Amino acid sequence: MGHEAGNRELIAFRVGRQEFCINVMMVREIRGWTGATELPRTPRYVKGVINLRGAVLPIVDLAQRLGLPGTEPTARNVIIVVQIGHQQIGLLVDAVSDILAASDAEIQVAPDLASDLVKNFVKGLLPVEGRMISLIALDNVLPASELEAA
Amino acid sequence: MQDPMAEIRATFFQECEEQLAALEAGLIAMESGASEAETVNAVFRAVHSMKGGAGIFSLDALVRFAHVFETALDKVRSGDLTATPRVVGIFLRAADVLADLVRAARDGGAVDEQRTAAMAAEFEHLDTPGDAVAPLAEDGVGSWEIVFSPRAELYAKANEAALLLRELGRLGEARVTLDTSRLPDLEAIDPEGAYLSWNISLQSDCDEAEIRNVFEFVEDDCELTISRAGVSGFAPGTVITGDNGFKFEFFAPMMEEEPEPEPAAIPATVQAEAAAEAPRNAVVEAIAAKAESATAVSATIRVDLDRVDRMIDLVGELVINEAMLSQRVMEAGIARASGVAMALEELEHLTREIQDSVMAIRAQPVRSVFQRMPRLVREVAAQTGKQVRLLTEGEGTEVDKTVIERISDPLTHMIRNAIDHGLETPEKRVAAGKPEEGTVKLTALHRSGRIVLEVADDGAGINRARVKQKAIENGVIGTDAQLTDDEIDNLIFLPGFSTAAKISDISGRGVGMDVVRQSVQALGGRISISSRPGLGSTFTLSLPLTLAVLDGMVVSARGHTLIIPLGAIVETLKPRGQDVFPLDRDTNLLALRGGYVPMVDVAASLGYCEELLEPEQGVALLVEGEGGVRAVLLVDAIHGQRQVVIKSLEANYRAVSGIAAATVMGDGRVALILDVDAVVRQARSEGNRVDAAAMEAS
Repeated sequence: MGHEAGNRELIAFRVGRQEFCINVMMVREIRGWTGATELPRTPRYVKGVINLRGAVLPIVDLAQRLGLPGTEPTARNVIIVVQIGHQQIGLLVDAVSDILAASDAEIQVAPDLASDLVKNFVKGLLPVEGRMISLIALDNVLPASELEAA
Repeated sequence: MQDPMAEIRATFFQECEEQLAALEAGLIAMESGASEAETVNAVFRAVHSMKGGAGIFSLDALVRFAHVFETALDKVRSGDLTATPRVVGIFLRAADVLADLVRAARDGGAVDEQRTAAMAAEFEHLDTPGDAVAPLAEDGVGSWEIVFSPRAELYAKANEAALLLRELGRLGEARVTLDTSRLPDLEAIDPEGAYLSWNISLQSDCDEAEIRNVFEFVEDDCELTISRAGVSGFAPGTVITGDNGFKFEFFAPMMEEEPEPEPAAIPATVQAEAAAEAPRNAVVEAIAAKAESATAVSATIRVDLDRVDRMIDLVGELVINEAMLSQRVMEAGIARASGVAMALEELEHLTREIQDSVMAIRAQPVRSVFQRMPRLVREVAAQTGKQVRLLTEGEGTEVDKTVIERISDPLTHMIRNAIDHGLETPEKRVAAGKPEEGTVKLTALHRSGRIVLEVADDGAGINRARVKQKAIENGVIGTDAQLTDDEIDNLIFLPGFSTAAKISDISGRGVGMDVVRQSVQALGGRISISSRPGLGSTFTLSLPLTLAVLDGMVVSARGHTLIIPLGAIVETLKPRGQDVFPLDRDTNLLALRGGYVPMVDVAASLGYCEELLEPEQGVALLVEGEGGVRAVLLVDAIHGQRQVVIKSLEANYRAVSGIAAATVMGDGRVALILDVDAVVRQARSEGNRVDAAAMEAS
């Protein structure tokens, strides 16, 4: 998927006091927060489902998913609609902060000390103007099975 | 790997079809007098882009012809040539040739090269000034002389000369003269004889075959001559026999006002015409074939189901958006009589109409399922040694494709059951004074927004005494249970129930009607039976017309809006405190008409909250799950009925137990559709001790 010389465009967003980024190619749209319908028997990081032009879209509270304090969403929160395989899901974040281009060389490996939860998601670290932005992978963002959900 | 060129090629041919349509539309516009530069340009562009595309794929024949065609069109475009009707007529025929070339290139068929060459050659003569040039007269409006002399046989076969003449008038402007010269004196008249003949002079650009077609059914019973006006080069009495054995006889002209014989050039014209005959027929055939394929296209089109589903989704969205808009307008306090509200009402009507039409796209007649049944009947009849006649009615009844796919199994079961259990053996039937051959009637009809399928047999009906006895043996009902006839009949839908004295291969391993009932309920349908002893039974299966929408009851449970499928709800009631009996910490039973039904607090069952709702504070819905198991669902309030569009949760998430699907409400929010079976099942597994009591109650 990488562009020439491993260059890629990333979209950065804030969750709590941290900054994360994902490949811009995964993003379908960005929209404001609207009330979600709670689903029974789901992990707490699944905020529920919303109507996205007729499709039922699950909303994942990224903060809670990453083990941070959960988000109490307001109208100022943002949902990033991403495509993962055949599915579309909405990521609840605080705000979109930046669009960056980075080559593979600029992305540093995350230190080994991190917890399993972080290791599951964080694929690398990107230093930008004194900030640290974590590049995350979204493959495991939804609960894998009923077992994990219960 | 798919050849990438193949895809481009397919696109090219698709575009060609569009260009051909544009070409024809443009030419027809020109024919009816539109000569604006834009029309001519559009026609030119159509041919030009086909030529360009064909070049890429090295479709030489197509390129060559398109080039000649394009050159001719260019002359019109530049004003060198006037688009007279004759010229446009040639262009139209050229467009047909071009269409054939395109199709031949696409499907690999052969093209009549002679015709292509003849057509190309015709372009050469376009420049010839004046439309009246003799050799090309056939392309303009021509005149025909027809002599039609019916014989007595024609009338004897109940043909009517006037109708044929009227038919002829449809081909063009016909001037009909009656020839009474053969009429004898009154005393010599045979009342059934034929003495009249007609001379018709027809102004039409049709060809001989079309005229001949008019007389197709009478050609053996009349004298018929057809000739070009003024073509009298044939001596009277000349007989030409066509390839098809059809004879033309040239009589001496009978008309008084016979046209002046044309100069000597005429015979040449006749020659030319005769030579031109074959290709012209080919054109007619081509036109006929084209008309056929055109009707075939308009009758049905193949569309990828995904596209239709996408459209259904979008229309569902439109309906929701329209409802949202109405809600907002009402909230804004706009008067109902205002222009906005009235326009909105019209929008609503329109939206519903669009929704209905879109749903109709997926509708199919049940014929495809019905057609499989005669074979089934023959097989089952042979296995059981019974004689069965299958009658079907309402094969044309339409229902959504998704439903069609799923009614086949229940119908198969019902028909097997009707033959195996319903119909008696021939001996018994004769003994009962019935015909040896039993009848199974399969009917489909629409009733109040649902499709109803009936399987009726004229057998012995349900043996109620045996059914009841069996139910008592199986512990399904108590020994002292008082059941109405109807209730007894419907016991056969309970699991593990089969009244067949001996278990047969066809039906009767106890997985019979309860399986049918389950699959029917899963589709939001209902099944019931009515039976008259000695006269037969009728199974009635009612299904929603589509699985894309669902009739549901909108309820709220501790602030959560939920939809409960209407098909599962038996009745709604307000529970009274004295009817509720706690069985253990989590389970209450509701006394209902002498039995006890477990109560399920919907919100608690879904894990929305911990503590249970006070039964008196809520509303109870008596529901029936798989296998006829009943339970009472407790919710806070009922907000009415509503048809909802079913949305999948799995598409972007995954299945959630207790939830069947989702839908979008008028306010744009998602509401969940309750999986009644799952909730009831869960309640049962949580309190196994309740089972026996529940069974008693049902």
